[in-house]
Amino acid sequence: MTWFKRDRKKIETTEKKEIPGDLWQKCPSCGDILYRKELAQRAWICSKCGHHFRVAADDYLEILLDAGSFEEFDAELESVDALEFVDTRPYRERLDQYRERTGRNDAVLCGIGSVDGVEVSIAVMDFNFMGGSMGSVVGEKVARAIERALSREIPLVVVSASGGARMQEGVLSLMQMAKTSTLLSALDRQGLPFVAVNTDPTTGGVTASYAMLGDVIYAEPRAQIGFAGPRVIKQTIGQDLPDEFQTAEFVLEHGFVDAVVPRMRLKRVVSRTLRWMLGREALPEEP
Amino acid sequence: MPKGVYLDFERPIVELEEEIEDMERLADKAGMDVSAELATLQAKLARLKEEIFTHLTPIQRVQLARHPRRPYPLDFVERCFTDWLEIHGDRAYADDHAMIAGLARFDGQPVAIIGQQKGRDTKENLRRNFGMPHPEGYRKAMRLMKTAEKFGHPVIAFIDTPGAYPGIGAEERGQAEAIAHNLREMAGLRVPTLSVVTGEGASGGALGIGVTDRILILENAFYSVISPEGCAAILWKDGEKRELAARAMKITAEDLEHLGVVDEIIPEPLGGAHADYASTARAIAEAIRRHLGEISAWSVDDRIRRRREKYRTMGAWKGPEGAHPGPRDPVPAGEADRRS
Repeated sequence: MTWFKRDRKKIETTEKKEIPGDLWQKCPSCGDILYRKELAQRAWICSKCGHHFRVAADDYLEILLDAGSFEEFDAELESVDALEFVDTRPYRERLDQYRERTGRNDAVLCGIGSVDGVEVSIAVMDFNFMGGSMGSVVGEKVARAIERALSREIPLVVVSASGGARMQEGVLSLMQMAKTSTLLSALDRQGLPFVAVNTDPTTGGVTASYAMLGDVIYAEPRAQIGFAGPRVIKQTIGQDLPDEFQTAEFVLEHGFVDAVVPRMRLKRVVSRTLRWMLGREALPEEP
Repeated sequence: MPKGVYLDFERPIVELEEEIEDMERLADKAGMDVSAELATLQAKLARLKEEIFTHLTPIQRVQLARHPRRPYPLDFVERCFTDWLEIHGDRAYADDHAMIAGLARFDGQPVAIIGQQKGRDTKENLRRNFGMPHPEGYRKAMRLMKTAEKFGHPVIAFIDTPGAYPGIGAEERGQAEAIAHNLREMAGLRVPTLSVVTGEGASGGALGIGVTDRILILENAFYSVISPEGCAAILWKDGEKRELAARAMKITAEDLEHLGVVDEIIPEPLGGAHADYASTARAIAEAIRRHLGEISAWSVDDRIRRRREKYRTMGAWKGPEGAHPGPRDPVPAGEADRRS
C-alpha cells in the first residue's frame, strides 16, 4: 500500500522552452559561466582565470596559421582494423562512432600552412577522436607530414593532444613511435626545424616519441604532459602524487619543455622561433 | 626441470618427471632393472610435453615469457659471448641496474650489448627493479650505443621488460624524453644493430632499446603496446580479462611475424627456454651470427636508409591509393583459436 495517493492521473507539464545548450559554458577551473561566442573569440581561454579549454584540431589551425593559408593533406587515410580487434565492442564500431562524431577519419589533421608568412608542414592531433590515440593512421599521417617538410625543405610543427598509443591496433601502434622518430632523425640530419607544441593532454607513446623531440618544445598552461598515467603510477608506488604532478609547469621545472606559452601568444612565439631557426628577419617587437 | 617453480599448465610434466626420478632412485636402491618401465614413462613424458607445448595459448606464452626461471639477458651474455665487461652509469644521474650495458666479443668480434635485466630472487629484483628501467637506464644504453658507433662496432639489444618504470622520479627525470631520444638516435646509428626479444617486450619501455636493423624474437616471447593486464583493465575494465586481451592484441611471435614487425622467430626447446638454457643460447647465437653477417655487409648510408624504410612500412591503413599492406594472408588468430 502506498502512503500517498496521486489524485491526478498524470502530472501536467508544459513544453520546455528550448535553450540552446551550446550558448553558455562553465569553466571547469573557476566555475564562471562564460558566453561561448566570446570564449571562441578568445581562443577558448577563460576570461576570469585563464583556464585553457581543450579545443579541436581545427581551432589550432586558426590559432596558429595565417587565415586561408591551410591546405589539408591525407584526410582520406583510414584505419583497416588489421587485428580485427574486439573488446567489449568491435574496434570498427568505435571508429565509425568517432568518425560520425568528429567528421574526421582519425585523430590527426595534417597539411601545409603558414605562420606569420613562414610556410610549415603542420600536424594537429585531435583529442576528440578516441582520445587522440596513435594508431597506424596517426603514425602514417605524421610520417607523411615529416616527409612533406623534408621534400619541401620547410619546418615541421606538431601540435600534440593524445592519451597515447591505440591499444586496438596492438604492436602496430607501438611501432608508429619508431616510424615517426626514425623520420625525425632524417629531419634532424637535414637541419630542418621542428617545433613541438604539447597541449592537454600529451601522454604515453606520443610523449615518448615526437612530442619530446622538437628542437624547441612548447606547452600550453596547465596541460598534462607525462609518460605513464597518474593512476598507474599511484597504483605502482602506493602513495599519493604530488600536487602539480605532470602539469606543463611541473615538466618545465624539471627541464623537459622549453616554455609554457599561453594560447594567445602561441602563434607569435612559434613564428619568432621559426624565424630565428631559419635566420629570417625578425618580426617587429611586440608592444 | 628442477623442482620448485612451475606454471599451472606445466604441472603434469613436473609430476611425471618426479615420478621418473622416484622410480630411478628406488630401482637404484633395490638393484632392480626398471629400464623397460622407465622407457615407457620417458616416452609418455615426451608425448605430454609435445602435447602441451604445441598447443600453447597466447596467455600461456606470456606466462612462459615471464617464467621465474626464464633465461635473462645476462644468461645469454654468459653463453653466447666472450670477454664481457659491464659498464655503468648514464654520466648524468645514476646507474640503473634494470638496464645492463657492456662490451663483449661475438666470435671474436667486438660488440656492444644492452638489455633489460630482471632479478632471480626478491633481493635481486629489488635492485634490478623487476627489469623496469628508469630514464637513466635508457640514457646509459644510448651512451654505450654512441661509444659502439664511435669505434664502429655492432650493437646487440636483448629486450625483456614489463615496461619502463611508472614512478614519480621516472617522470621527473624525463622517462618519455629518454625513450623518444633513443628512438630517434637509434634510427641514425651508423653501425649494425640487432635486437632479440627474449621475454617480455612490453610497450615503449621495450622499444626504447629496440629500433634496430633486425628484430628477432624467441618463440614464446611477446611484443606488445601494453601488457595484457593493462589492456584488460582499460578496455574491459577488468584486469582478470588478460587472456582475452592477450589474444585480441596479437602479441605472439607468430602474430608479430605476420604483422611484419619481427624478422625471425628463434625456436625454443620443447618445454620452453627455461628447460634448456644451453640449446636456447645456441639457437640465439646462430641467428645473431646469420643476421649480423648480412647487415654488416651494408654500407653506412644503405644501412640507415634500410632501417628507415623498415619502420616506414609498419602499420596498416587505407587511402585513395589503396590499402597498405596490400592483399596477403590474413593475420592468423591466436593458435588456440585455429586448433579448437
